[in-house]
Amino acid sequence: MRTLLRANWQLVAVGIVGVALSIALPFLLDAFALLQITLYAIFGILALSLAFIWGYGGILCFGHSAFFGLGAYAYAVAVINIGESTGPALIAIALPAALAAALGYFMFYARISDVYVGVITLTVTLIFYNVINSTAGPKYHIGDALLGGFNGMPNVPTLNIPFLPDETLEPTGMFVLSAIALLLTYFGLHAVLRTRFGRVLVAVRENEQRVEFLGYDARLHKLIAFSIGGALAGLAGCLFVAWGNYVSPTVFSVVQSAQIIIWIMVGGAGTLLGPVLGSGAISWLTVAIGTQQLVNANVVLGAILLIFVLAVPRGAAPMVTERLVPWLLSLRRPAADRASPRDLPQEGRA
Amino acid sequence: MSPPLIETRGLSKHFGGVQAVRDVNFSLDEGELRCLIGPNGAGKSTFFKLLTGQIKPSSGTVLFRGTDITHLQAHEIARLGIGIKTQVPSVFNGLSVRENLWIAAARRKRGKAANHEVDANVERLSLGRFVDKPVGQLAHGQRQWVELGVVLCADPGLILLDEPAAGMTEEERGRTAELIRTINREHPMIVVEHDMSFIRTIARKITVFDRGSILMEGDVAQVFGNQAVRDVYLGKQVAA
Repeated sequence: MRTLLRANWQLVAVGIVGVALSIALPFLLDAFALLQITLYAIFGILALSLAFIWGYGGILCFGHSAFFGLGAYAYAVAVINIGESTGPALIAIALPAALAAALGYFMFYARISDVYVGVITLTVTLIFYNVINSTAGPKYHIGDALLGGFNGMPNVPTLNIPFLPDETLEPTGMFVLSAIALLLTYFGLHAVLRTRFGRVLVAVRENEQRVEFLGYDARLHKLIAFSIGGALAGLAGCLFVAWGNYVSPTVFSVVQSAQIIIWIMVGGAGTLLGPVLGSGAISWLTVAIGTQQLVNANVVLGAILLIFVLAVPRGAAPMVTERLVPWLLSLRRPAADRASPRDLPQEGRA
Repeated sequence: MSPPLIETRGLSKHFGGVQAVRDVNFSLDEGELRCLIGPNGAGKSTFFKLLTGQIKPSSGTVLFRGTDITHLQAHEIARLGIGIKTQVPSVFNGLSVRENLWIAAARRKRGKAANHEVDANVERLSLGRFVDKPVGQLAHGQRQWVELGVVLCADPGLILLDEPAAGMTEEERGRTAELIRTINREHPMIVVEHDMSFIRTIARKITVFDRGSILMEGDVAQVFGNQAVRDVYLGKQVAA
C-alpha cells in the first residue's frame, strides 16, 4: 500500500488538492468568482478530452469544438423538448461520441495522413458553424426548440438532480458537479492509460507500423480513443450550456477549436495535469485582459503561444517535472555531480 | 506431410511498370534459417513487405502453415505469428526499452507472464543497462537489439530480419550472428543481409534474388561457387 502511494504520489497529491478545493471553494469565494471557477473546471474537461486524443493518441484534431458544440446543442435541444435533464445529458455525451466514431472510422480505416485528419476535423466544425449560424427564424426548430441561428438559444434549462426535474442545480451545485466531473475525467483517463489499451494507444502515437507488426489493430485503438475524446468534449459542452443557460454558434467556431489547442500547447501535450492548468490559466488571463482597454486579448494570447512554441515547445508541465525539479534536486548535491546526461541534446524529441 | 511454414506461389508485385517481384515460388520449412541475398533493388525488401501484408501482391498467393494469408491485414498476419525486424529500426522511440518489450509481450500474455517474458528477453539480449531509458536515446546498434527483443517478446512462429547487422561495429556483428543462431533454435528465420562474412557465419541455405526473381537456391558452397551469382552480385565485391 505504501509503495503504491509512493509510486503514485503525483496522482495522490492532485486528488487531495482537487477534493479539498471542491469542498472549500464554495465557502471561500463569492458567487461571481465561483461561477468563473466552474467555467474553468468545464474547460478543464474540454482540455482533457483533446489532451487524451492528441497528447496520447497522436491524433491532431483541429476541429475539436465540433464535439463540444454538438454536445452543447444536443443538450439544449433535448432539454427544451424533454424537460428533465438526465436523458439530455446522456444524449449530449452519446451524440458527439457517435459522430467521432463515424468520422474516425472513415479517417483511420482509410489510413489518411495526420494532416488530412486535421483538415477534415476543421472542416466538420466549420460546417456545423455555418449550418447552425443560418438557422435564424421560426421555421428552424427541432420539436419545441428554436435553433435561433446566430442569436443562439437563450433560456436553456439547467441540469437537475437525476430524475428529479424540480431539483435544479444552483451555482454551488453546478460547481460541485463540474469539479467532480473534472476529477473523474482526470483519474478516469489516468486509469485508461494504465490498461493495455492505453499503453498500446501511446505506442500507436510513437509508431503505428510497429504496433501492427505486433498484431494490434492500430485503427481500432485510434477509433476508440477518438470516440472517448468526443464523448468527453460533449460532456463539457453539456455542462457549458447548463452553466450559462445559453448556447450560440460560437461554440463551433475555429477560435474555440484553436483555444483548446493553445491550452494544451501551453500546459504540455503528453500530460493530463498540464492541459487542465493551461486551460485555467489562459481562460483567466483572457478575462483579466478583457477588463482593461490597453492591449487586445488576442494579441497577448498570440504572443504567449509564440513564446511557448519557440521557448517551451513541450509545454509547461514537462518543463517543470523534467527540467525544473531535477535542477532543484541537483542543487542539493555537490556541484561536481551536477552535469547530468539530461543536458545532452535528446534525439527524436523535436 | 505437413505444409511448409511459409510458401509463396507465383508471387508478383509491380509498381506501375516496374516489376519489383516476379513470379516467386518460395518455401521455407519449420526450423530453417534461410538467408536472402541479392543486389540492391533485387526485391528482397518488397518480398518481406508482401509476406507481412504491408503491401498486397499484384498476383500470386502467400500461405502460412497452409493458410492463405494473401489478403489479410498486416496486424492479422502478425497475430498468426509472423514477426519482422525492419531495415530501419521500427521501435517506439519515446518509450523506455521495457515498455517497448512489454507492448510486444502483452499481445499474448497477461499480468506477470508478460513481465516475465520481458525480463527473460532483457536478460537474453543484455539490455539491462539501459532498460529504463527511452529507446530514442540509444545508439543505433542498441536499438537494433531492442527491436530484436520486441520481435522475440511477441514469440512469433516465423521471424523475418531485414539487415539485422546494418550499422553495427565488428564486435556487435559477431554478437548478433551468435544471437541469431541461438534464436534459430526456437524460431525459424529468414534473414536479408549484404555482408558476406556475416552470411558465412550464420547461413545454411541461401536464396539469391535478382531483378525480382529467384536466381538460385542452395547451400553456402553451392551459392558462392556459382558463376551466375558471382556475376550479379559477388563479383562486384570480389573485384572491389
